[in-house]
Amino acid sequence: MSNVLRPYLAAVRSTLTAALTLENFASQVVERHNQPEVEVGKSKEVLLNPMIISRNENERVLIEPSVNSIRLSIKIKQADEIERILCKKFTRFMMQRAENFIVLRRKPVKGYDISFLITNTQTETMLKHKIVDFIIQFMEDVDREISEMKLSLNARARTVAESYLIAFNP
Amino acid sequence: MSPEVYNVAQTPITGHAFNADRSQVAVSLNSNDVQILSRSGNEWTTTETLSEHDKVITSIDWAPNSNRIVTSSQDRNAYVWQQTPDPLTGRTIWKPTLVLLRINRAATFVRWSPFEDKFAVASGARAIAICSFDPDNDWWVSRLLKKPIRATVLSVDWHPNNVLLAAGGADMKARVFSAYIKDVDKRPAGSVWGEKLPFNTICGEYTSPAGGWVHAVGFSPSGDVLAFASHDSTISIVYPGGPTIYTIRSNTLPYVTLTWTAEDAFVAAGHDCQPVLFTGSQSGWQSAGSLDDTSAPKSSGGARGGLGGASPVGRLNSLAYTTFRNADSRGLAQSPGGAGSASPDGDLFTVHQNTITSVRPYAGQPGAVTKVSTSGVDGKLVVWNVSAVGSLTTRLGAARLG
Repeated sequence: MSNVLRPYLAAVRSTLTAALTLENFASQVVERHNQPEVEVGKSKEVLLNPMIISRNENERVLIEPSVNSIRLSIKIKQADEIERILCKKFTRFMMQRAENFIVLRRKPVKGYDISFLITNTQTETMLKHKIVDFIIQFMEDVDREISEMKLSLNARARTVAESYLIAFNP
Repeated sequence: MSPEVYNVAQTPITGHAFNADRSQVAVSLNSNDVQILSRSGNEWTTTETLSEHDKVITSIDWAPNSNRIVTSSQDRNAYVWQQTPDPLTGRTIWKPTLVLLRINRAATFVRWSPFEDKFAVASGARAIAICSFDPDNDWWVSRLLKKPIRATVLSVDWHPNNVLLAAGGADMKARVFSAYIKDVDKRPAGSVWGEKLPFNTICGEYTSPAGGWVHAVGFSPSGDVLAFASHDSTISIVYPGGPTIYTIRSNTLPYVTLTWTAEDAFVAAGHDCQPVLFTGSQSGWQSAGSLDDTSAPKSSGGARGGLGGASPVGRLNSLAYTTFRNADSRGLAQSPGGAGSASPDGDLFTVHQNTITSVRPYAGQPGAVTKVSTSGVDGKLVVWNVSAVGSLTTRLGAARLG
């Protein structure tokens, strides 16, 4: 683990822990409804200031807290065209199975690659520090996953090219 | 002296209220029903279920002298439950009485007044309903405190004179209102909060220091001091006569509930999962320490996950190794005894494993409370000894010196 990543993840972790102070909060706008306020956005007073934690211009995290839900969006590092394609496919694969991940949102927030929506129901049924661990673990793994995929893609392309071009080799 | 811990449920407890002799407790387990639990030995067993609400119950209060329960729910209703003999079987049952709340959003919080002839229901309709009994129609009627509330009211607390009411809410303000109802109340004597108090007089309005929602308000036993906890992790103590406001900024997660134990002390608890005692007087306030001993994991029953243990990998999977690995790879700094520190197997070092949502006096007179009870999102009901803080603080002080 590089030393550059550590303060970044520590900042995300402490921000997320502080933001995950949720409570059950019924809607002030619609009768008998109970909605994630960060998604509805109708009551300004129960939304807190969104925060961006950014490691460099390509990698950042947006945390939007509110009284009963928080939304966390991640911009994953994409250095070249291959990484861009891989990242798109990877997040798409996950978001199609969003209900298996419970806290994953089906669509990312504009400008980000993947978003999580954590509501008070989830902090009530799951251990809060485990949710934080899950997000941090995800952030750690996703970079590694994509660079591994990129390596194996390159290796595969090389093998394919070699076995194709061997026909022209006398 | 260790606290009494009762595992009531696996689901969150949204509210709890004990009866006068503490033999029964009414809890709502994040559902539409109120469960009345009776003590049998060291356990609590469900004896009755009160079901009338059709959305989650937000708050419960049990009047000690008149033995009535009032419940509020997100279905916009409140019910007063009274024990009456069943006309058919002759058994004593809890009978609900409708309350005409006239609010059109969720009811969030309910408290009986000290004389038990009124109660206040906070709501998301930017109003507080002050309810009193109408014997002609056999129901409870309400008058609404509306101005100048701008958002959901999250908590209320009655002044001991039965007239003044403190309220705090998502509009980041704590206010003191007059809830004087002509037919019910005698004219109150003047106090530090004001002399003439017709209905809906605003006796004080205080903003939270950094603009956080006010989660909890509380009058001191004499009623001359007001404390409120807000989402910016601060607790403010207001002396209206001065007027002086003391602000305690804490470096932990916000407190969401508080109760006064004496004229110079109160207990606050919240997202930090441990109740904290605050002491002070008109010359200043400070935290006296936690009632919880957070130096070791306890829900797992001792030092599990210590050196070696049952891990198949052996030496490498020891506690120290895990600590350093976490610190290195996940940016997880583990400070022993600090807020939110967790053992490797995922248990917090506090008794409560999740947010404490309610703290209430358990034993002792108002002004000399010796024990408080807490309930929280983790489904635990815990009774704490308020004086337990002393030994803990001295030990922590010794540790710091050593």
